[in-house]
Amino acid sequence: MIVTPGWYMTLAAVLFLIGSGGLLLRNNALIMFMSIELMLNAVNLTFVAASRAHGDIGGQMAVLFVLVVAAAEVAVGLAIIVSIFRLRRTASVDELAELRG
Amino acid sequence: MVEMVVFILMGAVALAGALGVVMARNPVYGAMGLMATLFALAVFYVVHLAHFVAVVQVIVYAGAVITLFLFVIMFVGVDRAESLTEKLSLQRPAALIILVGVVVLTGALVVTDRFDWVISTAEPAQVVGSIEEIGENLISVGSSDVRQASRWLLPFEATSLLLVVAAVGAISLAFYRPRRSEEETGTSDSDTGSNR
Repeated sequence: MIVTPGWYMTLAAVLFLIGSGGLLLRNNALIMFMSIELMLNAVNLTFVAASRAHGDIGGQMAVLFVLVVAAAEVAVGLAIIVSIFRLRRTASVDELAELRG
Repeated sequence: MVEMVVFILMGAVALAGALGVVMARNPVYGAMGLMATLFALAVFYVVHLAHFVAVVQVIVYAGAVITLFLFVIMFVGVDRAESLTEKLSLQRPAALIILVGVVVLTGALVVTDRFDWVISTAEPAQVVGSIEEIGENLISVGSSDVRQASRWLLPFEATSLLLVVAAVGAISLAFYRPRRSEEETGTSDSDTGSNR
């Protein structure tokens, strides 16, 4: 058997599914953040696999941009989590209900 | 053959790490699982000849992002293993419905043969993602085919702006002190954390 791009697509889909499951089912903001990183990385894997299958380097360029955006997102998101924690002494999203109407 | 062995081994590592992220009670173990997944994906990138992307993956993700996560986990507190119980009654069923929907849609895409390159066994064209190649794609404007070569120049410059904005935002969030508004509303500093 030869490893086709479909194998990587399937693995990436499973990783994305696990990540979205963690995002939906956990209530620790840090775990949710790590699940988002997992989903981003699953998509990166599909980009690289498609880049190789098509012989086009555009997929790898897209991965680099996703990396940059994810790094910026982590910096700002963790700063938000830290400032929330300084104020409320918790990182659980269930405790945060200020925006409730 | 070699690729299949690598795929099975590293795929198992990636899946185990991903499950560790989602299921670990202690966030530090979750961060370790995420790091295992990121390393496994870096190995896949090397398999796909995306060497530069693999190096950046290890340096940026496993080096910087995981370290940042660990700093924040240590700050927030590692010893408080939170409960896995859900307070919102509709959250779990709705999440399960969404997950099953994603599985069904993904399976439908695979079954319908919409993308035949996904299941093609043909040896793919060799694209080596070397630093030179990626640098040419990013910032080269002097090539004969200018439109093709500078395709990624504008997004590249936009990411520099994005990084500056993110850095300034993170720093200003770190310097933010809510004391002044607390004093205006008549609340003293001592009970901000514990009582609210």
